[in-house]
Amino acid sequence: MRDVAVVSFAQAPNLRSDRERNEVEIVMPVVREALDSVGLEQSDIGFTVSGSCDYLTGVPFSFVMALDAVGAWPPIEESHVEMDGAWALYEAWVRLQHGDIDAALIYSFGKTSLTDLDKVMSCQLDPYTLMPLWPGAISLAGLQASAMLAAGTVSEADMAAVASHSREAAQGTPEIPEAEGPADVDDLLSRPRVAHPLREHDIAPATDGAAAIVLVAGDRAAEVCDKPAWISGIDHRVDTHAPGNRDLTTCPSARMAGERADVGRSHIEVAEVYAPFSHQELLLASELGLGDGVDVNPSGGALAGHTFMVAGLARIGEAARRIHDGTATRVLGHATAGPCLQQNLVCVMEAAR
Amino acid sequence: MSELCAVTGVGQTHHDAERSDLSMHGLVREAAVRALADAGLEWKDIDAVVVGKAPDQFEGVMMPELMMADALGAVGKPLLRVHTAGSVGGSTGLVAAKLVQGGVHKRVLVVAWEKQSEADASWVLMMKIPFAAPLVAGAGGYFAPYIRAYMERSGAPKDTGIKVAVKDRLNALKNPYAHLKMPDITEEMVADSLMLWDPIRYLETCPSSDGACALVLTAEDALGSCEKPAWVVSTAMRSEPTMFAGRDGVNPQAGIDCAAELYRKGGITDPRRDIDVAEIYVPFSWFEPMWMENLGFAEQGEGWKMTMSGATALDGDMPINASGGVLSSNPIGASGLLRFAEAALQVRGMAGEHQVDGAKLAMGHAYGGGSQYFAMWLVSSDKP
Repeated sequence: MRDVAVVSFAQAPNLRSDRERNEVEIVMPVVREALDSVGLEQSDIGFTVSGSCDYLTGVPFSFVMALDAVGAWPPIEESHVEMDGAWALYEAWVRLQHGDIDAALIYSFGKTSLTDLDKVMSCQLDPYTLMPLWPGAISLAGLQASAMLAAGTVSEADMAAVASHSREAAQGTPEIPEAEGPADVDDLLSRPRVAHPLREHDIAPATDGAAAIVLVAGDRAAEVCDKPAWISGIDHRVDTHAPGNRDLTTCPSARMAGERADVGRSHIEVAEVYAPFSHQELLLASELGLGDGVDVNPSGGALAGHTFMVAGLARIGEAARRIHDGTATRVLGHATAGPCLQQNLVCVMEAAR
Repeated sequence: MSELCAVTGVGQTHHDAERSDLSMHGLVREAAVRALADAGLEWKDIDAVVVGKAPDQFEGVMMPELMMADALGAVGKPLLRVHTAGSVGGSTGLVAAKLVQGGVHKRVLVVAWEKQSEADASWVLMMKIPFAAPLVAGAGGYFAPYIRAYMERSGAPKDTGIKVAVKDRLNALKNPYAHLKMPDITEEMVADSLMLWDPIRYLETCPSSDGACALVLTAEDALGSCEKPAWVVSTAMRSEPTMFAGRDGVNPQAGIDCAAELYRKGGITDPRRDIDVAEIYVPFSWFEPMWMENLGFAEQGEGWKMTMSGATALDGDMPINASGGVLSSNPIGASGLLRFAEAALQVRGMAGEHQVDGAKLAMGHAYGGGSQYFAMWLVSSDKP
């Protein structure tokens, strides 16, 4: 495959409610920053692709207006997936394999404050048997956590430790300006449950935001970026849908994507995994083979601030940033979609081409 | 490093106003099973699945491909969901073609669908972004002013649209999968039908359909027993913003640029001479002459002459929408892929009664949004 690298990443602050800006206004400065940081213009970009969800705004074609944010004039080669931006990045990586263009812009946005995300997530479920029960993402994740506790693969203290680490990591970062205050495991475990066995700290707070990444192929990447994050493996897989038909203590699609992306070839230093629930970070770490010595979610992860449709792309960006700043040489970004980690994408990036 | 890609399987549903005999899962499988049978493949042979459809509000399920992962044969495989407005069927075909051309996969299943009877498409299309100006007119209300502008600009005879409406519905009689079957249709009947959005009459409008279309796209070294592949010789896609001062919505630059790239990559210098048959996205009758000009089949202001002279008829020199087109079947998310699929059927010589004799090079075209999203491909019976 052709060598392709993440050369730039920008992210809007993940805010519980960005009341003063619409989606275009949130996306526009992020796209600008991603291009400016590598000295590129829209005219240098051969392919633009985005990810977003019509069910957040409640209107069809809600991504169309975002074309204003990327300067689609003269007309551009452009596409859109109704998926997290991480899958838009995958489409761009495929497009760059053709060899006729060298640079691609990927962006995604989500303004969940316009709606009740947990309720909306019910609309993603089988409309005949499951959606009419309105279980929401939180209740289904609760069933998954219960199954993992029953199987003994995690404990409530393990889950609280994930949350405690996430809060500490996110303190003072511009990406998560409203991070929950630090709390130790005993403190967190003394708090009330929200959806058995989940407590508030186990559940990612829904936020508004946007992210953008620039991919550049071949020698051009090293020209625009001192330390490109070369994609050495990228793959995505999906599991069956119905939570009742799955062993929720496992995640076969994440395991398979990880194997296909060759995660295990050598040591991963930093992994950013998209886990909107604390137990899911532990499950993903296990399925991806992230053992001791892997720094998991040093950004605080989605658990600190969860912008739906953006969080996966942001994980890839956060991981790439560690190569850009020279603090890591082999990193992993992960994205998920669907109830209880139904669909998973893994992107491994390396400092060495 | 681009690999060759061919269409080796084509399948579609019998499109209808309401396929109440099928669930959403059943609808996509009806098309997919036919495409797999055509390609001589089984579900296990497929490397990846690419799904396309228009807004999820049309059925009331958010990202329905996730709950249909089993029905799509996608479990354990990569599953992508494309959504680019009305052009989505075409864009979906192109995303899948790129997976093969980029050397990522050998056999990709593409499925585009819409089950519009689950909701009311016109109502969905009227919903607006909070704080944006309300249009409250659906797609017809949006496009009627563009058509009026075209009529004014070109001086086209007032019955040009009526001729298109009759031609496409007569073509649909030769297509066993078409939704509308109107054997008695006449120009008088169209002229007398209700004026919905002046100048668009009821019978100059596309129907609202349940339907799906599926393609199997295959790399050159994985053709298997396929004897009649349709080779993908050129692809292009372009987008532009919805509105800004000076934008020409009648003859959009994105469409002009998209066609120019398609022809350049395909070695086409005179599209009307070089291309044997084209399936063009015509949801309202007047878009046939408008797109003839935008795509370079006719000079500016002269697209209507192709319609009026019969050039775009099945027996004309540039047959347009031999299948009956969007005016005869419109499951929105699938409509673009149906154009791409019908182009492939023509160059494979498998279009049945609506086959254009000797078709070797065919064009599939889709557009969406406010005439701002374009996806196109050229397929050939000859290996490039």
